[in-house]
Amino acid sequence: MTATLERPGSAHTRQQAGHLVGTRHLVRLALRRDRIVLPVWIVVIGMLASAGAGSYEAIYPTQAERDALTASMGSNPSLTLLYGPAFDLSTAGGFTAWRFGAFLALFTALACIFTVTRHTRQEEDTGRHELLASAVVGRYAALTAGVLVAGLGALATGVLITVSLAGVGMPVAGSVALGAGTALTGFAFTGVAAIAAQISEYSRGANGIAAAVLGATFLLRAVGDAAADASWLSWLSPFGWATQVRAFADERWWVLGLLVLAALVTGLVGYLLLPRRDVGMGLIQAKPGPARAAHGLRSPFALAWRLHRGALLGWIIGFAVFGALFGSLAAGVGDVIGDSAEAQEMFARLGGSQSMVDAFLASMAGIMAMIASLYVVQATVRMRSEETALRVEPLLATSVSRLSWAASHLVFPLLGSAALLAVAGFATGLLHGLRVDDLGGQLPAVLGAAMAQLPAVWVVAGAATALFGLLPKLATAAWAVAAVFLLISMFGPIANAGQLVLDLSPFQHIPKLPSAEFTATPLVWLSALALVLLGIGLAGFRRRDIG
Amino acid sequence: MKNAIDVNDLRKSFGSTKALDGLDLTVAAGEVHGFLGPNGAGKSTTIRVLLGLLRADGGRVNLLGGDPWRDAASLHRRLAYVPGDVNLWPNLSGGEVIDLLGRLRGGIDQRRRDELVERFDLDPKKKGRTYSKGNRQKVAIVAALASDVELLIMDEPTSGLDPLMEATFQQTVQEVREQGRTVLLSSHILAEVEALCDRVSIIRNGRTVETGTLADLRHLTRTSISAELAGHPNGLTSLEHVHDLKVDGNKVRFDVETDSLDEALRMLTSIGVRNLTSQPPTLEELFLRHYTETEIGSAS
Repeated sequence: MTATLERPGSAHTRQQAGHLVGTRHLVRLALRRDRIVLPVWIVVIGMLASAGAGSYEAIYPTQAERDALTASMGSNPSLTLLYGPAFDLSTAGGFTAWRFGAFLALFTALACIFTVTRHTRQEEDTGRHELLASAVVGRYAALTAGVLVAGLGALATGVLITVSLAGVGMPVAGSVALGAGTALTGFAFTGVAAIAAQISEYSRGANGIAAAVLGATFLLRAVGDAAADASWLSWLSPFGWATQVRAFADERWWVLGLLVLAALVTGLVGYLLLPRRDVGMGLIQAKPGPARAAHGLRSPFALAWRLHRGALLGWIIGFAVFGALFGSLAAGVGDVIGDSAEAQEMFARLGGSQSMVDAFLASMAGIMAMIASLYVVQATVRMRSEETALRVEPLLATSVSRLSWAASHLVFPLLGSAALLAVAGFATGLLHGLRVDDLGGQLPAVLGAAMAQLPAVWVVAGAATALFGLLPKLATAAWAVAAVFLLISMFGPIANAGQLVLDLSPFQHIPKLPSAEFTATPLVWLSALALVLLGIGLAGFRRRDIG
Repeated sequence: MKNAIDVNDLRKSFGSTKALDGLDLTVAAGEVHGFLGPNGAGKSTTIRVLLGLLRADGGRVNLLGGDPWRDAASLHRRLAYVPGDVNLWPNLSGGEVIDLLGRLRGGIDQRRRDELVERFDLDPKKKGRTYSKGNRQKVAIVAALASDVELLIMDEPTSGLDPLMEATFQQTVQEVREQGRTVLLSSHILAEVEALCDRVSIIRNGRTVETGTLADLRHLTRTSISAELAGHPNGLTSLEHVHDLKVDGNKVRFDVETDSLDEALRMLTSIGVRNLTSQPPTLEELFLRHYTETEIGSAS
């Protein structure tokens, strides 16, 4: 009797375990495939904070300067919009947690999203998963492997943050809190990506869904932190929780519980959704399309437009929202900062101006441009993914020449980025102009500041095209190029990086409009550099093998 | 113009791997030419060079009187290509892809397109992956066949089609042949090549090992004979071109090369034949023998 009762139980357990069979092998496969990218993001994100913490002492050596910093920056809504609320700027740890915390969480979340998608939906998308699924591999093995590898990356990042901060002498409790907040935000977005991977049929779609959640929750935190009467909004966002742990400022450990809960719930939903769909399919299935092509679908550009328009539209909406937000808050910078010399100097290092508002607008234009450069990479790398998906060959076997095919795609990184900057500049300028009652003066100035960034963005497009044309197997390294430029420009000045390093980023050479003088020279040579890189890339693409 | 395709001593390496090692291929205008070889023999590489997608390391390539690398775009107006692996755009329907590819080739015959969609039983409203492999191939096949071009290059076009669609495909290629167009058909499916092709080139390890009409190639093959004789089959072993001889009492089985067939039959009838079946050489055998024997040859 006992035996008969036990048997179904044990069979059940076996079956449960069977769903995970092969996970170990898939994890090893994923680690093998990510052997370069995984350590790189762990180390870069993990070491970022300690680089910033190290230079705090150098920038703010005296107590008076630290008090001034607290008074000026701590309550500035425009800065809390970007970095979150400052809880304690009088210590290196508190400063680091404020200045880096939200972004460490953001970068880790992004890395986790890409990692999960890469090992789950993308494997199905390319058809490789079918090959594995037919072997002794359980139903949940691929998802589990993706989740484990992303989680491992986030955990390692958190540990590295903790160890490196404690290593440069920061209090251990705060170091643990910052590391844990970062890692757990990574876990939460690992769960989000696990859900997204079940919804969309395509890896591009899964990444898009998860990135949209990331953008929206980051925005919730930004608005909640910047607007005093809506601070509850940031409590709806994992990024809000990551900052509300208050590392180095009397840590509130219980907030970490919210992140754990979010990770568990999202992960669980992902696992529950998985068996509700067929392998290779998504919960959202493609709707039937027209039986005939519209009259206009007759050129490589018409096809490129079909392929790029969805992503471009999403980016444009995002840029309009962020631009409007920055614009509506810009005028607040000058009020709060007052005349604290140290703070002004610090902020001037970023914006290059004594005029706080203009400096803020200038650095916003720079940040927008750096984010636009991510779109540029995405749109340019699309050429390579079309190529590896074997969708280029049938086109190039028609009367479409290589140049016209590439040019049709390059319209998007080159002019799409211009559209993004124009939209962001216009939205910022419009709302800022309305607020300070100087639309006629502010709108063109802010729009101009945004558009002046374009040559630097084009350099990224040029670099990505050059990689695609000359070293197609390394085409995705364009992401690394954009990331390096972004890190240099965002954190280089704070980390006391040398001028030589700062000069590497094209964004450093753009005149910091609207405060600084307009100089055409850097714009001209950056444009020329972009053109040369584009030319090199296209020449390489014309001469190389396809495939 | 005599030849649609003229390839001479074509060479192409990927790193240290020699994909093509002195390949020759001649396709006369108006013929259906079978392009046979095992996996990795270099069929797709050759086709990609012909399309100007890969740059040849050496040798001469002439396609429709031009250089496929230099004149790619203009030559491509006169040809249509069906890839071996068809991948469609996720957000485009099959019908849109057919129209787009046709238009990019310089025009599509709408009536022919609709007729082909019907004959291949293709739902043109589906998108991207909702098509099976076979249906994705049908999209590419319809797009190619509906285009008004003089040369069709097809890389294992039927590897995902069911037998019914395979028959439809063969019919449509016959029609193309009757219209006087040229077809280069790479294939594994030998029955298809036997049914469709005027001439065949067999390649292996990046070289052409045999080329000619099917009749030309049959001299390489053997006929399988099994017979029940009136007496013991002595003397068969002394024949030169007899292989795999098996004797079981008065029953005998052997393969004989076509050149010695006459002699072998004479010997059998001299003993007295009670029952005899002979199998004509199929392309399968031709294929198998070619590869197994060259394999043994290269191994020794």
